[in-house]
Amino acid sequence: MFDLTGMTALVTGASGGIGSAIAEALAGQGARLAVSGSNVAKLEAYRDTLGGDHVALPCDLSDAASVDALVPAAVAALGKIDILVNNAGVTRDNLILRMKDDEWDQVIRVNLEAAFRLMRAAAKPMMKARFGRIISITSVVGTTGNPGQANYAASKAGIVGMSKALGQELASRNITVNCVAPGFIRSAMTEVLPDAQKDALNARIPMGAMGEGGDIGAAVAYLASREAGYVTGQTLHVNGGMAMI
Amino acid sequence: MSETADRVKKIVVEHLGVEAEKVTEDASFIDDLGADSLDIVELVMAFEEEFEVEIPDDAAEKITTVKDAITFIDEHKG
Repeated sequence: MFDLTGMTALVTGASGGIGSAIAEALAGQGARLAVSGSNVAKLEAYRDTLGGDHVALPCDLSDAASVDALVPAAVAALGKIDILVNNAGVTRDNLILRMKDDEWDQVIRVNLEAAFRLMRAAAKPMMKARFGRIISITSVVGTTGNPGQANYAASKAGIVGMSKALGQELASRNITVNCVAPGFIRSAMTEVLPDAQKDALNARIPMGAMGEGGDIGAAVAYLASREAGYVTGQTLHVNGGMAMI
Repeated sequence: MSETADRVKKIVVEHLGVEAEKVTEDASFIDDLGADSLDIVELVMAFEEEFEVEIPDDAAEKITTVKDAITFIDEHKG
């Protein structure tokens, strides 16, 4: 089950913590990947560690022209696009009274607008192929909110609504559109937290620990598979039970 | 019947899965041939590819019948 052999996927933010786990899960199931990221050296080094004949496609997601060129570049490199994973995201946390216009703009542009542009571009070849899997990585925060993250929460909730609209538009063409919403996932960022803070976080999670990138990768691999063809417009929450929605 | 008309009708038959006899020049894609808005987008994409023309969104909105498509293509193909 969940075999992705013969399928191709574009994954944004692929050299990051969760992104690399997603890329490894998809490649592990047999998909051929175009991995994207903004740091060219890091991205190419990551592509080399993946092995196989995956390709690296650098892209600045805050630049509209760069984003619009990404799906055509992936189709040119891979021959087709079966799976799009919108994973890349940024945070610019601030209390709303202190939030600058550019902190709002940057988060909406990279997290929400880039996802829109990539979905729009991918819909065309997927419609023609009568097959597609669009998966966006959102966040538990998009559903529950979080102080200091008005911009980030809005961008993630925006992707959920957009995915539901697109799921309805494209269902008749055998294209599914879903989200995976991580809770707290262990990363370089969480590892440097003081133990007391880690304990406080873990106390909020019924499973008693943060998740691993692989937990998100497995959820994405499932939604990308042929077997998940009847699942669309959904958000799969992977959060150790910290929010049950 | 013009060559353009033949090719347009062939695309319509293939994309909408309708019988060729139903695809008259006066036929409306939505009212007579059962197309939905997504089908129209796909038809326009197929016309663009087949005839190597660009059909801008405002022109595409006015293409509601088979004849509209043939006329636009005849006027714009290279």
